[in-house]
Amino acid sequence: MESLLQLPWAIAMRALEYPMRGIQRLIGERRMPYVFVLPNLLIFGTFVVVPLFINFFYSVTGGTSLFPDQRPFVGAEQYGYLLDCEDYLKPFSCREDQFWRGIYNTITFVSFQVTAMVALSLLTAIVLNRRIAARGFFRSVFFYPVLLSPVVVALVWKWILQREGVLNAFLTALGGDGIVFLAEPQWAMFWAIFVSTWAHMGFYTLILLAGLQSIPRDLYEAAEMDGTSHWRTFRRITLPLLWPTMLVVLVLSLIKSVQTFDEVFVLTGGGPGTATQLIVQYIYSTAFATQVHNFGLAAAAAIVLGSVLLVLTLLQMRLGSGKDKD
Amino acid sequence: MRRAIAFLTRRRGGRGWHPTDVLSYAYLVLGVVMMFGPVVWLVMCSFKTQAGLIEFPPSLLPYSQKQVVVEGYKEPLPLFEVKLPDGTTKPMAQVRRIGIISQMVDPANPGQTVRVRFEDRTPIRELSFAWENYTTPLAQFNFTRYLWNSVIVTSVATFITLIINSMAAYGLAKYEFRGRTSILIFIIGTLMIPISVIMVPVYLVVTQFGMVNSLWGVILPGAATPTGVFLLRQYMLTIPDELIDAARMDNASEWQIYWRLIVPLSLPAIAVLAIFSIMWRWNDFLWPLIILTRNEVYTLQVGLNAFQGELQVQWHFVLAMTVVTLLPITLVFAFLQKFITTGIASTGMK
Repeated sequence: MESLLQLPWAIAMRALEYPMRGIQRLIGERRMPYVFVLPNLLIFGTFVVVPLFINFFYSVTGGTSLFPDQRPFVGAEQYGYLLDCEDYLKPFSCREDQFWRGIYNTITFVSFQVTAMVALSLLTAIVLNRRIAARGFFRSVFFYPVLLSPVVVALVWKWILQREGVLNAFLTALGGDGIVFLAEPQWAMFWAIFVSTWAHMGFYTLILLAGLQSIPRDLYEAAEMDGTSHWRTFRRITLPLLWPTMLVVLVLSLIKSVQTFDEVFVLTGGGPGTATQLIVQYIYSTAFATQVHNFGLAAAAAIVLGSVLLVLTLLQMRLGSGKDKD
Repeated sequence: MRRAIAFLTRRRGGRGWHPTDVLSYAYLVLGVVMMFGPVVWLVMCSFKTQAGLIEFPPSLLPYSQKQVVVEGYKEPLPLFEVKLPDGTTKPMAQVRRIGIISQMVDPANPGQTVRVRFEDRTPIRELSFAWENYTTPLAQFNFTRYLWNSVIVTSVATFITLIINSMAAYGLAKYEFRGRTSILIFIIGTLMIPISVIMVPVYLVVTQFGMVNSLWGVILPGAATPTGVFLLRQYMLTIPDELIDAARMDNASEWQIYWRLIVPLSLPAIAVLAIFSIMWRWNDFLWPLIILTRNEVYTLQVGLNAFQGELQVQWHFVLAMTVVTLLPITLVFAFLQKFITTGIASTGMK
């Protein structure tokens, strides 16, 4: 396995030795760092930086063509279309109601998912931080779903939740009625939140566990000697010292949650109707999955999403730098 | 007995059980069921036959009805436990069923058939694994192709990512040059730009390069990961400059310093990035979904999604192929779990 990976690597590296020596002779040793940085910057520039600018161009042009030279300039029309609402609290009163439904679904999804995520991963981290047997095993149990692909995660649960699935078998065995979970709007949203929390909570648990373990042990020992109660120790020592990590987890999970697409898309397809269609799915289907590819509208919506993410990221960096100062 | 219990429940530090200990273990056991249960259930179900899947109430293990070959009958016959009129029971094979009457035959005495009432017979079941759930989609549908595409994308992309990220990281960590700070700020600034925000323009770029429906269109856009550069640079900063100066004295070229000195020394960080990259690429969904529209270039994730979205979902195949998809990651996890969890805890990324 190891040599299998190393062999192509060694061949590539050795093959580059002579040309690289030539380049070094040509441009001099001091300019070599540019050669090292170049390939990464080229790909990065082509596929991230340039698109970032083209995105703005798309959002101010109309038509259905992908190619920029065939797109007429329309100014802020796309944004105006997206924001044209009689009542912003009622998605159906908007011209682009799908966009607003996407936003409201995302708000519902994010608020419940982030709350559940932070609460559950905190609880799990606290339990895992206790003196328990086989801690390593239990830690990896909670972490395992993080590694699974979103498609796998969605299919695992779709199989459980479907009409003849094992959950309905339980319900009928207990004397209840079977529920077609993914065909009922409220249930579909619940399970979308549940499944994505299930899949990602292990990641935040790990971060919180690392935070808990960095709290000095002697603080707890001192509290124990003073006969402080469990609850008081938790409130006066654990919570304040864990607070910076909690904030990082909160913002990080917010950023990830706003971008949720894969699991929900495979689990419910955004349905029933548009009950679980989140904002990223709106962008995806507006640009690629509808009969008429409305790239301009999708780009405008993406910029709206990007601005939200930018604010959240700045918040995160602010928190990160605040943590260093303490 | 009491002493045995005392021994079993003895705790480190000589303290007794606190109610919160019981709650903790209860929570952890619930956690094991919740986290592993669904996946175990999926794996078990993937071995059931189509008939076994719709069975109610469902069983955990893949049982199916036992069949026997009886002399004089071409097809293997299903085996039942039959209650005979005299009160004894006997295993018999069913020849055919007409309404509520079954025509049964004793495998030991194939010449004679008996008529048995429908409710007097119960199927004899045995543990059997329906491997055809795995072999059929791999042979008849394009799943071998999808698997191969996923392997190609994952390995080539990881290879490219490791090379260009480690090169860039070395350049940014060990040289003073004009523009270094701005490049660094740039990379950190774009750390959080997800594909969902720029999918339309990236699609344009990929189209211009003619890479729609090509695996290169999946591989290249994500190859220059800012996270990777950042991670490797932080690690390379800890390598002492004296080593590099000594190598220069020995007339080593900058490229040789990079791949013969820096890369071997940064191997731990490179290994972490390699595992991340393998995970990202194997599990990648949104971008391949956009860029790959022809069946023969689908990756496993996209193919699986298309297959499960078809009108008549063939769950027995879907389940088996889901297991194939989750297997490599599970194996990586089983062997490298400690490595991955400490890697994530120390870098705070995934």
